[in-house]
Amino acid sequence: MVKHLLQEILRRPLGMLCLSVLGLLYACTIFSQFLAPYLPTDQDLEKAYHPPTRIVLKDWRPHVQIYEQVDPAAARYEPVHGETAAISFFAPGREYRLWGLIPAETRLFQVEEPHRIYLLGSDGTGRDVFSRLLYGAQVSLSIGFIGICITMTLGFLLGGVAGYFGGRVDFLAMRLVEFIIAVPSLYLLIALRGALAEHFEPEQMYLVIVIILSLIGWAGAARIIRGMALSLRERPFILASEVMGQSSIKVLFRHFLPNLASYLLVAATLSIPAYILAEAALSFLGLGIQEPGTSWGLMLQQAQELKVFTLNLWWLLTPGAAIFITVITFNVLGDVLRDIVDPRQQMIKR
Amino acid sequence: MAVFLIRRILSAVPLLFGISVLVFILMAVAPGDFLDVARSQEDIPAEYIERMEEEFALGEPWHTRYFIWLGNVVRGNLGESWIYRVPVTELLAQRVPATLVLSALSILFALCIAIPMGVLAAIYKDSVFDRISSLFAYAALSIPEFFLALLAVMFAAQTGLFPIGGLSSVEHEFMSFWGRMADYAHHLVLPTIVLGMGSVASYMRIMRANFLDYIRSDFVTTARAKGVPEGRVMFVHVLRNAINPLVSASGFILATLLSGSILVENVMNYPGLGQLIFEALMRQDEFVVVAAVMMGCIMLMLGNLIADLLLAWSDPRIRLEKN
Repeated sequence: MVKHLLQEILRRPLGMLCLSVLGLLYACTIFSQFLAPYLPTDQDLEKAYHPPTRIVLKDWRPHVQIYEQVDPAAARYEPVHGETAAISFFAPGREYRLWGLIPAETRLFQVEEPHRIYLLGSDGTGRDVFSRLLYGAQVSLSIGFIGICITMTLGFLLGGVAGYFGGRVDFLAMRLVEFIIAVPSLYLLIALRGALAEHFEPEQMYLVIVIILSLIGWAGAARIIRGMALSLRERPFILASEVMGQSSIKVLFRHFLPNLASYLLVAATLSIPAYILAEAALSFLGLGIQEPGTSWGLMLQQAQELKVFTLNLWWLLTPGAAIFITVITFNVLGDVLRDIVDPRQQMIKR
Repeated sequence: MAVFLIRRILSAVPLLFGISVLVFILMAVAPGDFLDVARSQEDIPAEYIERMEEEFALGEPWHTRYFIWLGNVVRGNLGESWIYRVPVTELLAQRVPATLVLSALSILFALCIAIPMGVLAAIYKDSVFDRISSLFAYAALSIPEFFLALLAVMFAAQTGLFPIGGLSSVEHEFMSFWGRMADYAHHLVLPTIVLGMGSVASYMRIMRANFLDYIRSDFVTTARAKGVPEGRVMFVHVLRNAINPLVSASGFILATLLSGSILVENVMNYPGLGQLIFEALMRQDEFVVVAAVMMGCIMLMLGNLIADLLLAWSDPRIRLEKN
């Protein structure tokens, strides 16, 4: 089924485009340590709010333009005419452990210290925005997947059990769902975070965010799965397996799960953006990933300074563009998937 | 009608109880209590704190405190805010209207843009306009509200056309009545657009899908066969039917608006309910949190109720009593 789906997606230009964009994003994330010239924590206080450095060709090799600070208060830098530093590719630099395991020291590109290459400028403490974007992607791009796995499992179990068994279980589960849906989600997120965070270390915030997002996210999925389970349970093949004495758990996993799989897949793809946006929103409010960690939302929070707005330091807003691109790709991919899985919906759309 | 109203209001009561209990538990689980802030402030006399501790029984477990709070609420006392040193009711009276106005304007803005766009996209399906508008819908749904708010603030700072934040300008007090209204309006333009952008896209997609549905239905064919002019078919027969789902979607949209307002109000420094909730949670201003969260939920329920009533009014096939 997965192979067939993949073929169908690749047959459509939009699906192809989305898959390639996502593939590129995830590849960048996985190899961020290799691609990023600096660590997300590498500071250079003398180069605060540095604009993106220009790349020039000199002797047919790319060089990076060197700048000097003209006005520290207004963060103004002027290029020093004729002075450049060579960019070295695949050169050894400071050691790191790829994925925390393999020791390595090669990086895609870097320049000799004390010069710096800022593809997307630097932030208030001279950290490279480009490197931070790459490292921040690790949070933003993984949280959706992990969150959705937990949510869909919870949603399937609770919704399936409620729909299949009905009665008191159903009543209780549905009142809980209604309760969660009745509160604006960000209210609940913030309140839950306030209660949970103090019991964890700041480094474990990632875990906390996943937990609270999953605790809230399952409700919507459970309600729809319950509805589908309600109609499934009257179908002859379910009745037959019951008559033959299959246990409820087996019925749930052998017969309900395959029939709900396509819905689960589409719902998962369409809900990933919600997770990415919620993590970004929490981090943006200062309630998510904490320093020295980095995430796109946290970077935007740090860009929320009057200086940035009045001096037009646009490169500090690039994490927003990154979130936007990721989310729009998942949204379009979700719609393409829905068209494939549920042709009836597509007919309505046309 | 009356039966329906009473039933809806009664069913909201257990929900509100649940929410207040939940907020109390969550606040109790978080370490420290709300008087920590007050104790560290030198200007608050110790007797006052002791009196407050006694009045709200801070040494007691949360359930005892909850019932004491409940008793106070029944008597109209929602407690006091530590940040502002005013009764919570007064604070809510300032903040709730601001968020109400912002949300209502956002919905209005969204409807004004989304209905014409959705209708045109459906009538000229697969045209350039349809493509562009669906692209716009994707973009508007995918852009985080707080990022849009940041962009808006940047725009305001760079062009100087709009204020960078707040509800009113410094010289507000000295303006004439109409001057004040214009001042409010000037400050509301950007937050309304930012907050309403996502809703524009949701409404537009619903509008387009429904319009397309009804264009193919039998009564439209009949109307055309009878020789009704095309414009009348589209804007009287089809539009009239296709608008109903928009009304029922409004409840969901209001929920996203209330969530979004926390972010937008924070970025744009708009003194509304969202900003209040966030600030109060950060500083453990317990009574403000409970009251403000409840207020948000009440607004959401009322919004849903109004949407249902409007739907019943606009779609006579729906009989409220049967629900």
